[in-house]
Amino acid sequence: MIAALLALADEGPKIPDFGRGSDCVRENGQFCVDWVVKNFGDQLLPRLIEHIELTLIAVGIGFTIAFTAAVVAHRYRWVKTPFTAFSAFVYTIPSIALFQLLVPVTGLSWTSAEIALVGYTLLILFRNTLTGLQEVPDDAIEAAQGMGFTRQQILTRVELPLALPAIMAGVRIATVTTISLATIAAYIGAGGIGQPIFDGIQRGFRTQFVTAGVLAVALALAADGLLVLAQRALAPWMRARQATS
Amino acid sequence: MAREGRGAGTAAEIVFSHVWHRYPGRSVPAIQDLSLTIPAGEICVLIGPSGGGKTTALKMVNRLIPISKGDITIDGRSVQALDVIELRRGIGYVIQQVGLFPHMRVEDNIATTPRLLGWNDEEIRQRVHELLELVGLDPEEHARTYPAQLSGGQRQRVGLARAMAADPPLMLMDEPFGAIDPITRSRLQDDFLRLHQTIRKTVIFVTHDIDEAIKMGDRIAILRPGGLLAHYDTPEAILAHPADEFVARFVGADRGLKRLSLRTLNEVELLDAPAGADASDLLRASLETKVRDALSMMLTSGNPALLCTDEDGNVRGMVTIDLITALLSTERRSPVP
Repeated sequence: MIAALLALADEGPKIPDFGRGSDCVRENGQFCVDWVVKNFGDQLLPRLIEHIELTLIAVGIGFTIAFTAAVVAHRYRWVKTPFTAFSAFVYTIPSIALFQLLVPVTGLSWTSAEIALVGYTLLILFRNTLTGLQEVPDDAIEAAQGMGFTRQQILTRVELPLALPAIMAGVRIATVTTISLATIAAYIGAGGIGQPIFDGIQRGFRTQFVTAGVLAVALALAADGLLVLAQRALAPWMRARQATS
Repeated sequence: MAREGRGAGTAAEIVFSHVWHRYPGRSVPAIQDLSLTIPAGEICVLIGPSGGGKTTALKMVNRLIPISKGDITIDGRSVQALDVIELRRGIGYVIQQVGLFPHMRVEDNIATTPRLLGWNDEEIRQRVHELLELVGLDPEEHARTYPAQLSGGQRQRVGLARAMAADPPLMLMDEPFGAIDPITRSRLQDDFLRLHQTIRKTVIFVTHDIDEAIKMGDRIAILRPGGLLAHYDTPEAILAHPADEFVARFVGADRGLKRLSLRTLNEVELLDAPAGADASDLLRASLETKVRDALSMMLTSGNPALLCTDEDGNVRGMVTIDLITALLSTERRSPVP
């Protein structure tokens, strides 16, 4: 034991070692393209995939909870206030603090990260869904009632389709926010693209954290773009309306 | 299997018997002891000042508003005995704001009730095509568009087509042309009357416009505030003999003129045209002219006589201001309050 410590001390101050790399990497240059090319496959891509998983699961679970709550609140008005208060409260907790708060309960884990991420999606998804449902024009509802739609049919055939643009707007914001927040989840060991960012910052290796950061931004933009396309496919009537108004 | 109600071209007799409606927490009832019978195939216009309960009366038929007391029957069957969803699917419903579904194409809007009733796709496709033509829209041009791409008048035509889709024996129309500009409104009224000649549905039509009521109604029910029936009769009878002061004021001081607009020269016993009238330079008007317009022509020209011509331009008789005055006064001899 003591011998080992002495051996360590013998080595003297440690010079950062960024691996057997090019001159750029050894000198920690502004941005080393060769490092990115060499490490993308085994260091960045797996983290990126983890990040997509983190996001999809968080938004998926968050959407299920918030959507259900909004549909219930649309029917039973009293549900709105408590759920809004709860989700708004969660939303105000600083993310690092929330991750840290969950560690004693669910550990330094993926689970802790997901719980926190789901928590942050609730407010936006709930509000947008409920607003969307409440802004369905009264005349469409009255016509549907008059034509003999059941309550269930009014919800599924009139209210939800008409609320879709508002719901999708919520999903877009929630997704982009989650992609950004999930980078911090690496702080409690949940992986994701935050991992190489933290790592790069800790080691002071610029290329690594810049690349990982850029990937996070690119992922957010790509996800947003895909959701816009999905919305257009799901609500083609919105474009007809925009074109004429 | 023949679909229920489909293509039967049936119309239903509607009977209100001692119907009351009281909105919760209000002392004055919205409808009081309303009894009236609407014969099958007729257009009955409900009219009255705001607060007269005309929309309430209409919405009690499809139970969007509950009946507090009394009953409404459609062909003898109480609306309260039927399942409310069934009941509504069997009644066409048209509202002022149209209420088209903005997320559905015109064809899908029209197909709404047939789909609820489970018609097959081919039946629906044909019916939509037929209905668009019936309401004066081009199926090729409009079936695939969204409501937002239509004008106000076109939207109400689609609303009409949607209400008629499953060929219901009764149509409820709540100020259907109220939000449309006067020129389009008048065209829609004419088209609807023509359409009604062919479909012959029973129609309950709510309006606050007395001229519209006179034009559209086979019968008019005038409601006074508090939902009391003030007068229920044909437009001609109401204009000739208003039941009381309220009705007389409601139809307006010009009710004589309004009566004249109910008739064309064709329906008047004309005087013989003077000899050589063909050559004279007297005013001329076609037999299709409304008596009111003929009177207006004479008054503006200062000429007390007018020659009436058929579509070939032959003189068929003559009308004078005196004749029109006599026309109105014969009916005025009957007791008027």
